[in-house]
Amino acid sequence: MSIVTTDNPPESITGTPQAPPVHTLSVFVNNKAGVLMRICQVFARRGYNIDSLVVSHGRDEHFSRMTIGISGDPAGLEQIILQVTKLIDVIHCIEHTSSDSVTKELLLVKFIVAKKDRTEALQIIDHYGGKTIDLTPTSMIAMLNGDTTKIDAALTMFSQFEVIETVRTGKVVMARGELAT
Amino acid sequence: MSKNQLDGAQALIKTLDDLGIEYIFGYSGGAAIPIFDALVTVKTNIKFVLARHEQGCCHMADGYARATGKPAVVLVTSGPGAGNTITGIMTAQMDSVPMIIICGQQVTWMLGKDAFQEADIFGITIPVVKHNYLVKETDSIPRVIREAHHIATTGRPGPVLVDVPKDISSADFNGDMDPELDLPGYKPETSYTVDSDKIDEALQLIHKAQRPLVLAGHGIMISGADAELMELAETLRCPVTSTLLGKGVFPEEHELALGMLGMHGTAYANKAVCDCDLLINIGSRFDDRIIGQADKFCKDAKIIHIDIDPSEMNKMVCPDIEIVGDAKTTLTEINKRISGLDTEPWLNKIEGWKKKYPLSYRKQGGLRMQQVIDELYQVAGGDAIVSTDVGQHQMWAAQFYKTNASWKWLSSGGAGTMGFGFPAAIGAAFACPDQTVISISGDGGFQMTLFELATAALHKLPVKIVVLNNHYLGMVRQWQELFFDDRESGVDLEGNPDFCKLAAAYGIPSFNIKRPADVRRQLEKAFEITDGPVLIHAECVKTDNVFPMIPAGAALEDMLTEPPKGKLAKPTGST
Repeated sequence: MSIVTTDNPPESITGTPQAPPVHTLSVFVNNKAGVLMRICQVFARRGYNIDSLVVSHGRDEHFSRMTIGISGDPAGLEQIILQVTKLIDVIHCIEHTSSDSVTKELLLVKFIVAKKDRTEALQIIDHYGGKTIDLTPTSMIAMLNGDTTKIDAALTMFSQFEVIETVRTGKVVMARGELAT
Repeated sequence: MSKNQLDGAQALIKTLDDLGIEYIFGYSGGAAIPIFDALVTVKTNIKFVLARHEQGCCHMADGYARATGKPAVVLVTSGPGAGNTITGIMTAQMDSVPMIIICGQQVTWMLGKDAFQEADIFGITIPVVKHNYLVKETDSIPRVIREAHHIATTGRPGPVLVDVPKDISSADFNGDMDPELDLPGYKPETSYTVDSDKIDEALQLIHKAQRPLVLAGHGIMISGADAELMELAETLRCPVTSTLLGKGVFPEEHELALGMLGMHGTAYANKAVCDCDLLINIGSRFDDRIIGQADKFCKDAKIIHIDIDPSEMNKMVCPDIEIVGDAKTTLTEINKRISGLDTEPWLNKIEGWKKKYPLSYRKQGGLRMQQVIDELYQVAGGDAIVSTDVGQHQMWAAQFYKTNASWKWLSSGGAGTMGFGFPAAIGAAFACPDQTVISISGDGGFQMTLFELATAALHKLPVKIVVLNNHYLGMVRQWQELFFDDRESGVDLEGNPDFCKLAAAYGIPSFNIKRPADVRRQLEKAFEITDGPVLIHAECVKTDNVFPMIPAGAALEDMLTEPPKGKLAKPTGST
């Protein structure tokens, strides 16, 4: 098991310098009730906020994969990773950076769009490589995926319409090359 | 149902017996009735002790484990029964004490429906256990109990709670009594191989040192590395200071022993920490009580930190060399290649501090707790098992009661749990019937768990129950005197009972000590009683203070060795 330290500069969720640093952790755990509680408790007690969380079972259903985006003091992160790793139900916990991994998230966005604006909306969706998954005479739902920066940029473009709601999955991460995530 | 058919509860008790569990400390209740029934229907070697409160059960199991290194089991019912164990579980977790807590629980189909005596003890205890379980299949009971035992006793030990719903314990058992453990995320065996490069680096630092100091923690005791520590210290001629929980891993009467360090540690231990050029921390987690102001701690010295728990590295102090591993394995490797150092100038310097700042107390102006403890030590010796409560008497006991071997000093360190001492002594008395067991409490902490006098009396446990009574919560009063302009608030224990009459109500003989001249005679008389408990009540001066003292958050060099002349600033550190 390798643990990547926080020496790498953290990404920022919004790109603004004041934003708290966000770290992406991949946690491989036993697929059992209560495991998420145990992990969340370690972060909460040390004052880290969970910004995004994706959990699903692994290829072997006895295990689950969690991708957790957290923000908080980078100085204590390495120690927190050790505390998470110490949990009996955790197989491993690895911090990933943009250079050693790929991250993606999925966005669903529902917005009001009248007939006259529909073409422009479709152009934006097409530009970001997305799809229309629901269409009514007055609204549509677009689906697109990509890294966080791309999703943020697309949302800026959609904001010219009356956005009713957005749902983001939060990011999932996978290590590049043959490394384990 | 065939005659040999077990139910879940019977499989549970049988598994505990197979694991060699000797004692269950418990308190019954509705949801746990099937398990209590199995204690009767299954033939085992397990002895059951009915305590008088669930917190008492936990501290007894804790005392048993601290006196033997082996886990005991706590068995309680759901809801309030389980809830009352939390302080005891937290106490064990903070001090890395193995313990298995089994709770009865409502039936599974009522969970989450606010049923009678239902509490989500699984969720409640997550932050205070090493691991916990809510059992959902009867056939998994032996595996869960075996895993709980394995987790509690290996690596860095700790408490493991198992919540067993009543329908699960009542149902027929059709599983395997000796199943494989399923713990893919738990590999304590890796601690027994230590990186040899790290050992090389450590040896380089050790052989360069002129003023080395060993900080000996509880990890040495758990690992059983006392002999290896002795070899290291004597080969290097290196002084050894210990943490509160490490008392005994190095005989405190040894010439190289400096006693306890930290907030109320000996002045010479703290001065040695400030002045050493190499600190070798073995099995201690650099608690805030021993490092004071973290950024000033040993700032000119090199630090080697040996700990079995990787998450202790860089938590409080950043060491120069981190060795994650078992203390005995690591010390054995280091000792293979170690050579002696010339530490005579260093030892002479320490000897000077020992002469200049000895531990002392006044024998005039009333009876002092220190004198009672000092004379207890002279009467009972350094090999008695001493259990303390929390507060001033605890610190004086740590200073004046010299502990000469591991598993003899039982004290709640990390959690600082008042009410711990007396039930822990009961647990130790069950564990070690041939040894002298002394419980030292203040009047505050003793009253928190004094209901266990019934347990001690019933089982005729020869515990020497020492109550050092100053009618105050003395440690808090000391802080109020030193840092809050002597404004007393919530510390005056007016209304204390007559403790000797209280003992008599339980049929326990007692001795009252009022004057310094009476101490030895009364102690000796009390120690003649060996067929059951005896209570020794000492009426002590009301307003004495513990020194040396390092105000919380201050650096070790700011230690007060005597009462300050002027007013002190409020402490900036932890409580």
